[in-house]
Amino acid sequence: MSPIVTELPKIHYLNAAYGLKSWLLTTDHKRIAILYLITVTLYFFLGGFFALLVRLELMTPASDLLRPETYNRMFTMHGIVMIFFFLIPAIPAIIGNFVIPMMLGARDLAFPRLNLLSWYLFMAGGLFTLYVVVIGGVDTGWTFYVPYSSVYSNSYVVATGLGVFITGFSSILTGLNFVVTTHTMRAPGLTWGRLPLFMWSLYATSLVQILGTPVLAIAVALVGIERIWRVGIFDPSLGGDPILYQHLFWFYSHPAVYIMVLPAFGVVSELVQTFSRKRIFGYKFVAGASIGIAVYGFLVWGHHMFTTRQSVYAGLIFSFLSYFIAVPSGIKVFNWTATLYKGSVSYQTPMLYTFGFIGLFTIGGLTGLFLAAMGLDLHVHDTYFVVAHFHYIMVGGTVMAYLGAIHYYWPKMTGRLYPDAWGRFAALLVFVGFNLTFFPQFLAGYLGMPRRYAAYPEEFHLLNVMSTAGASVLAVGYLVPLIYLLWSLRHAPLAGPNPWGARGLEWQTPSPPPTFNFEKTPIVTDETYEYSLEEEEVV
Amino acid sequence: MSTRWRRRKLSESTNALAHQFDDLEQQARSNTLGMWAFLATEVLFFGGLFTAYVVYRHAFPEAFAVGSKHMDVVAGTVNTAVLIASSLMMALAVQSAQLGLRRPLIMFLLLTMTLGAVFLGIKAWEYHHKYVENLVPGVNFVWEGPLRNQVQMLFLLYFIMTGTHALHMVIGICLLTYLVLGARRGRFSREYFFPVEIIGLYWHFVDLVWIFLFPLLYLIGLHL
Amino acid sequence: MTVHITPRRTYYLVFAVLMILTATTTGVAFIDMGPFNVVVALFIASIKAVLVVLFFMHVLHVTNLTKVFVAAGIVWLAILIALTLNDYLTRGWDPISRPF
Repeated sequence: MSPIVTELPKIHYLNAAYGLKSWLLTTDHKRIAILYLITVTLYFFLGGFFALLVRLELMTPASDLLRPETYNRMFTMHGIVMIFFFLIPAIPAIIGNFVIPMMLGARDLAFPRLNLLSWYLFMAGGLFTLYVVVIGGVDTGWTFYVPYSSVYSNSYVVATGLGVFITGFSSILTGLNFVVTTHTMRAPGLTWGRLPLFMWSLYATSLVQILGTPVLAIAVALVGIERIWRVGIFDPSLGGDPILYQHLFWFYSHPAVYIMVLPAFGVVSELVQTFSRKRIFGYKFVAGASIGIAVYGFLVWGHHMFTTRQSVYAGLIFSFLSYFIAVPSGIKVFNWTATLYKGSVSYQTPMLYTFGFIGLFTIGGLTGLFLAAMGLDLHVHDTYFVVAHFHYIMVGGTVMAYLGAIHYYWPKMTGRLYPDAWGRFAALLVFVGFNLTFFPQFLAGYLGMPRRYAAYPEEFHLLNVMSTAGASVLAVGYLVPLIYLLWSLRHAPLAGPNPWGARGLEWQTPSPPPTFNFEKTPIVTDETYEYSLEEEEVV
Repeated sequence: MSTRWRRRKLSESTNALAHQFDDLEQQARSNTLGMWAFLATEVLFFGGLFTAYVVYRHAFPEAFAVGSKHMDVVAGTVNTAVLIASSLMMALAVQSAQLGLRRPLIMFLLLTMTLGAVFLGIKAWEYHHKYVENLVPGVNFVWEGPLRNQVQMLFLLYFIMTGTHALHMVIGICLLTYLVLGARRGRFSREYFFPVEIIGLYWHFVDLVWIFLFPLLYLIGLHL
Repeated sequence: MTVHITPRRTYYLVFAVLMILTATTTGVAFIDMGPFNVVVALFIASIKAVLVVLFFMHVLHVTNLTKVFVAAGIVWLAILIALTLNDYLTRGWDPISRPF
């Protein structure tokens, strides 16, 4: 660990300029990351609020807290807010924006003004969504399936679609920025083979964002056109095919789940190395697996459509292809585990979240294989089995990795150390709460409880009560960090440049870093993650 | 003014260099890659529409052929030629920018914009014509013959695809206006012409989309 | 860095070829070739597209990395269309899903 630090750097990115204008017109990637941090956190708690209402309703079998029409809006808004306004931007736009230029030894991203535009587009899309929340919500499910969304729904589909459309461009521009930056702004000596694995993951994520999101944009736009002009692109009564919408929608939305999880993989790769003080086992395989997942993830979308009139033969092919996506994910899990073996493991908060991720993501991923089997999927499609599967990956996986990343980079972003005892307590609450919430859902789904229903048969009552109880623990687990992280801004000890003793260019800057990151562009001569070096050589 | 095939060096001109880059060469490389990444997104954006087209044409081959005969082939062909000519003007504009020739740059940009406007004018005439003939789905579509819904699908795709294309052209003309204003203020030079180059790429891309739209919408049923 | 300046003659030549191909594609459309009409039309359109990309958009002279970016967009569109058609073209094969 680094020596006790007694003062913050005189000038850093937070105090370099004051005033609202200096924040709202900033082009500093670190300030933009903080803007995202604040807004994404707000959306996280908004999405969590909808989840709370869903779980409260499901505590009893009857639809007694909310009418079914209202319940439909609750789970839809939960999905839309969590996916588009939390999961997709969180790690890339917050951690990625903050850390990438520093990891590459650059002064900023390739296109700083485009970066700011990304945030404004995120805000614009988010405001449309907030507007929809206030005026009554949308009830189509986050998937906007036609013809319900385009013809029959009485909710604010077009406004929501517009919000999603605009936010999609935020995602595209961020991905574009990261890809170009990785290609053209690496410091001298920083070859692709020396890139931190977080960079490989974010590069892979950005590929998916660039190539997949436009198709979602057109799918949503077509739904809007169909709804406004009452024409029949997808409407069967006018000659259209609703499944065409699903093809266009899932072409993006399946790779989208890799947008949500690949950055988490990158975070875990970093944390596993730092907290076992050991270079990753099989760097090339982990890097290659990231790109492999990004590319291969585009070939499997039909596994969301097994129960539709999609051709059985197409379903066979999608099912077959879907099995293989487990391979690169499995490679990563094995490599992380092998990194831990004979490492010097310490159990600070980021590492606890990392352990949580490895275990829970594995469970979530394995249940994906269940779902890839077309025959089994016919029984568990649209049940809580699917809901549990993706929550294990998104919440047990991505949210945990996100919290791990926030705790890991908090000292760099703020110059302060958060209280680790509270961090570990919150991590434990999150882990326990998460499992209590979602494991019963596997059981309920397997036993046949359908998703997106406000009322359910009495036989599922106990499992749902357990799930709601877990959700309350989980909620506390998420609120506790909010408190101590904010507390730490004023009262916690100072962190210094490298509190974790980690390798990487970003840890060679002061905490908080100056606006332009480095005095001089660093020249990289070592391989990444050289944990065999002496401690003194680090800081 | 003749130009021979030759290579030039970019010198370091500090007033055009953005702060995050080390030199103009890095900036140029980044801008080019960035624009091509954006064009990849546009390929997939239009690609979604082309996918819908492929699916429905495969399902309704006769209806699409019959409906396509109502497209004005002359207008479409002329428009294709106009758009390709505007691409030529754009290429010459980019070349003028690369050579630091301000007046030719402005002239070629204005020619590009003019031809683009001609394209949009002909398109507007076509749209009006369709409206008069009651062939606008969602507005006043009337079809006496059989396969009404299927034929309507062709016209729906026609309006959505050419409409999206036209919207991109309007954006392109706005971008070209921005370039003309910058060129008039002497913003571009032999060292710094990247905005012209990358907006040129965008303009050519919009031309590319039309090169595929034209045969797929206008030329289906002519041989029947 | 060096910038490649394409000679004007090349641009004019490419433009002339594009005009000829445009006239050809319209003219050929009146000839009945059965299922080959669409093949010929797309083939001609592809040639025109390649010319625009290589010459007007300078892709003939850019770095390999840029060429990869160009190819990626096309390949991904091919994936979208191919795997979607994979559904529609096989729908009539079994008695359960009727052809669309």
